[in-house]
Order: sequence, then structure tokens, then C-alpha cells
Amino acid sequence: MAGASKAVADSRANLPFVYRQYSAEQLKQVLYKMYLIRRFEEGAEESYTRGLIHGTMHLSIGQEASAMGICMPLGEDDQITSTHRGHGHCIAKGAEVKRMFAEFFGKTTGYCKGRGGSMHIADVAKGNLGANGIVGGGIPIAVGAALSSKMMKTGKVVVSFFGDGANNEGAFHEALNMAAVWKLPVIFVCENNGYGMSTSTARSTAVKNIADRAAAYSMPGVIVNGNIFSEVAEASYKAVERARAGEGPTLIESKTYRHRGHSKSDRNRYRTKEEIEDWMSNRDPITLFENELREFGFIDDKGIEAIRSEVAQEIADGIEFAKASPSPDVSETGNYVYTEQA
Amino acid sequence: MDAMVRELSYAQAIQEAMAIAMDMDERVFLMGEDIGVYGGAFQVTGDLVERYGTERVIDTPISELGGAGVAVGAALTGMRPIFEFQFSDFATLAMEQIVNQAAKMRFMLGGEVSVPVVMRFPAGSGTGAAAQHSQSLEAWLGHVPGLKVIQPATPYDAKGMLLAAVADPDPVMIFEHKLLYKMKGPVPEGYYTVPIDKADIRREGRDLTIVATSIMVQKALDAAATLEAEGIDVEVVDLRTIRPMDKQTVIDSVKKTSRLMCVYEAVKTLGIGAEVSAMIAESEAFDYLDAPIVRLGGAETPIPYNPELEKATVPQVPDIISAARDLVKGVR
Repeated sequence: MAGASKAVADSRANLPFVYRQYSAEQLKQVLYKMYLIRRFEEGAEESYTRGLIHGTMHLSIGQEASAMGICMPLGEDDQITSTHRGHGHCIAKGAEVKRMFAEFFGKTTGYCKGRGGSMHIADVAKGNLGANGIVGGGIPIAVGAALSSKMMKTGKVVVSFFGDGANNEGAFHEALNMAAVWKLPVIFVCENNGYGMSTSTARSTAVKNIADRAAAYSMPGVIVNGNIFSEVAEASYKAVERARAGEGPTLIESKTYRHRGHSKSDRNRYRTKEEIEDWMSNRDPITLFENELREFGFIDDKGIEAIRSEVAQEIADGIEFAKASPSPDVSETGNYVYTEQA
Repeated sequence: MDAMVRELSYAQAIQEAMAIAMDMDERVFLMGEDIGVYGGAFQVTGDLVERYGTERVIDTPISELGGAGVAVGAALTGMRPIFEFQFSDFATLAMEQIVNQAAKMRFMLGGEVSVPVVMRFPAGSGTGAAAQHSQSLEAWLGHVPGLKVIQPATPYDAKGMLLAAVADPDPVMIFEHKLLYKMKGPVPEGYYTVPIDKADIRREGRDLTIVATSIMVQKALDAAATLEAEGIDVEVVDLRTIRPMDKQTVIDSVKKTSRLMCVYEAVKTLGIGAEVSAMIAESEAFDYLDAPIVRLGGAETPIPYNPELEKATVPQVPDIISAARDLVKGVR
């Protein structure tokens, strides 16, 4: 990715990775997108509360740096598989929020024409092969996409996002093993937010760090603070380079936290208010990134304010677009089950 | 000039189809357990690895769920994998990827993708492999919209339907009865396809329609030969595809014969026989029926090891003959 010029890079020599690697414009775009993810999910939550969206949803508020950091070194041709908590990944990979809102509203202009909703949000044109309702379901699929990349010599790298819950699924272990045996260009990203629904990793997982499991599959296991954008992006950058060089997969454990409950039915009885409050007040990924950008002189308060108001406008426009879009006709219920043949 | 027709075994016909598919399309490749130098548990892939290399004939670890998922992911992103399960029973380990992912991906994403994966399942009893290596689970998958499920009964159909499956944009599940692998029959050289949505009338008759699947087609034909000597003229319909089912061929046959028997190896209840019977009951053919419909299916037990018990568990030719006599003579 075209980043900072040589002179600028020299002046940033002591700064964390992303401030050396990327231009001010690119970094401001990251902040924009982190806000876009946050406000998109707040907008979706509010629309749900108002009864405009049915079903359920799994919000990733608090995990924005993880989605953005991992996707930072990816190109548009690179691919991802995502999870039930996948709105952030979708936006980070380049999706338009108006078509995401339209999908959540069940409209024909949505990414899945109203057939998938939040849990199956995808943007295939931008390389997002889809969120997944099955914990760990996307992990072998990502390995298959990486196999395609290797067989067709496309040079594509595939990222598989999953949560801490998925690391106890058989699919995780089978997929990591095959990716390592075949040296495929895939990066396994475990966003460890501490809880698989209500069950903490301490109660569910025999190893202290999920990245420790990489050793069993002879691949690097990297732990990053998932709330610090630069840390995540640096780990992703190295893993992408390794994958593109044909050296095989990496497991990145991005330690983070979801501010909201598991889904809309969650009463938060498995964690304390103090714990949630601590993460929201002291370790919010957007605040942390914003502070660094300001401290290192990449943006000022006015610039931040401009981003916030632009994002607010894009979200408001997106919701209006979704509301105004048509619903699918009931006569089309059977569409897309099979490929329509001429 | 017509393509040269030779006698090939069912297994050789499948192997030839896979070779032709790989010759025609570089996106086609094979995955499965021990399909490389071992040649596959039933020698269906045979020496293909020597001809196409380990990059296109890929031995997987013993990871049915992960392996099926890799095949789904590869299909989703432009390849045309043919995935062999060592035994159809092992589909139980991979149901997540087959049922939740392969079958639904196109639908969930509003038609933005397709999953052109072919999965092959050596199925059925008769080899002394006991309860976990002898099942007939095709109706399980036949229940899932988004999948196509086929059961070729002859070498000719095995080749032509596999080539149709590879060309199909959607996931196709092929159930191959293990006892058919050595069955020989005429198979043309070169490329041809047999449609995935058409039943085949294998024997015309006036008195009784037997709808059979897979190995039961041959058993029904054997029974029909005996019954002919007794003056009972049986029509044998080879269903070939259980999803999407060719209803019209069955309806037309029942309207002609006025009697229906379904013969299949899978456990009798809640299976293909129930579906065919209900479909006829709902159709205009119902009014033509002169007798109650008869189902001959597998016993309500797992497949036993003892060879005599094993045979007794699934319909055999004498069972079909006896049931057909009763049906035509109005005993039932």
C-alpha cells in the first residue's frame, strides 16, 4: 500500500508501526471507518429497538481497532470470512453502510437482497465471503479460498476472522492443521473478547492464550492488544507478507472486548458493570487511536469533529436509503436456492 | 461416428469421468482421504494421482468436517472440487459444512455466489463393514434445499451424472452403492452427460410400477424377469435423482400400471418411499391406484455384521418378487 514518503517516514522513525507505514490521509481514513463501524452498530441497535429491524444482532462495539487493523494491509482482491459479529469486518473490507442497513431492514437493495440479514452479511465484490451463523463455520471455508488462491496463482491472501468461542470447535483445529500442512496463504484471526456468549475463556479453554494453540500446527502464534490499532495492523502486515511469500499461515490472537452483550437477549449476568465500565472508559479503541493521532500530530480536534459529523451524515443517509428501499416480493421466496439456469 | 462403447465397471466409469473432467477444466481437482497413492478405499481414484499429480489429487488428513469445508471454500472461490468421503457414513462428521454452508451459501447471500462442489459418498451395506460403514443416508441430504442428491445405478449413469454434476453450478451429492463398484456395463468413451433431474424407465410394464434407487434398480429388474414368467409385467423406474425428484415420470408410470411399490435400501420410515408415496397420493395418479402403495425398505435397525443378518436387513430379490405377487394379486 502506498504510504508515507521517505522524508516523512524518517521524521516518524520512533513512532509505532502504522504511523511510519501509512500516510496521514490513510490514518484519518482509518479513524473515519472506526467511527463508521461504531455509529453503524449504534444505528442498527437503535433501529432494532424501534422495531425497524427484526431478528437479532451481535454488536462488535469495542472491537473496531481489531477489524480495521487486520484489514489495513489487505488489498481489495484479498478475501475474508467473517463471523456472526461481523459488521466491523464488513465495513473494514470496504462495504457501503447504506447497503448493510438495507440488508438489516430486509430490503432488496441489501447485500444479500434481504435473505441473509446481520448474521450473513457479505460483500463478495469487495472480498468479504460472508459472515457466518455457525461458530467456526467460516474457518475451513477460508482455507478453501486460500487453496483456490494457491492453485490459481492469484496471489490473494485470505483472512479468517473468528471469536474465542470458535477455538474450541473441531473445525478450527482441522482447518489450521490443513492450512499448515499445505502452506496456504491464510491468516487466522481470533478476536478474543473474553467470552463465548456467557462462558469465559478461563472456564472454556485449556490454554491461557489462544495463540498458544498455533504451536500445535507449526505456525506463528501472535498476541496483540486488539484495542490498539497499530499493534493489530503491524501483526497483520507481517502475517500478510508471510502468506504472500508462500510461507504459510499465521494465527493472530487479538485480545479485545465487546461493550455490548452477546446478542439482543443478553442480560450481562456473567460479567460485572465495573468490568464493562473499565473497558469502555479506559480502553476504548477509538479513543486510544484518536489520542495517538492527536499526540503525534496527524489530526486536531477540528479534524476529529469533521470526521464525526461526516460519519453521522453517512449513517443518517444510509438509514434513509434502507427505509426507502423496496422489500422483496413474497412470490420470490424460492429465489437463489439453486442457480437459475437458462 | 458414435463414441466407442466398452464394458466398464461402475468404479472405472467414475474414474474415467473424473479424468475427463480434469482434462477439460483445469479448475477441477480431487480431494479426499487416501485417494492418492492408495487409490481410494474402493480404488475409485485408482492411479489418477500418477496422471494428474498430488496438486490435483489431494490426500486430506482424516478431517471430514474441515476437508468438506475446504472443498466448499474452494468451490465458492472459483475451483471445481470433487470431494470423496471414504464412506458415506462419515458425512455425519461433515454435516455442518454440507447442510449449513454448501447448501445455503447461495441463498443466504442473495444469489451473489454459487458453490459448485461435488461430493461422492460410497454408501450401503453388503460388505460386512457393520453399522458405522454401511448406512444409506441419502434421504438426510435429500431433505435439504440447496443440495442436489443423485444415486446413479449403472456404470453409464455413474459417468454421465458425475460429468453433469461437475458442470452443475450448485452442490451435488452423489451416493454410490459400494456393491455397484464392480458391476459392469456399457460406457461410451469421451464426454457425455446424463441429466440430474430425470428418472429413467429401465423396463416397461403394464401391471405394476416399481420405483427403485441405486442397487435396488438391478434387484427390481431381476425380480421383474422372474415375475414376467408368471405373467406379471413390471415397470421399473430408476429414480436416479432424489432431489430434485422427477415426479412426472413416476406419476405417468403409476397412471399406466395403477400399482406402486417403492424399493430402497435406506431405513424404511421417513425415507424416499414415504416421499414417493406421498407425492403420488397428492397427484392425479392417486385416482388410478387399484391397490395400496407398498414400500420395501431397510429394517428399523442399524446394519448388523453377521452376513445372514446383514442380508435380511435390506430388501432382496425374493422379497421384491413376493411383495409384487401379493400386490398384483390383491392379497394386500
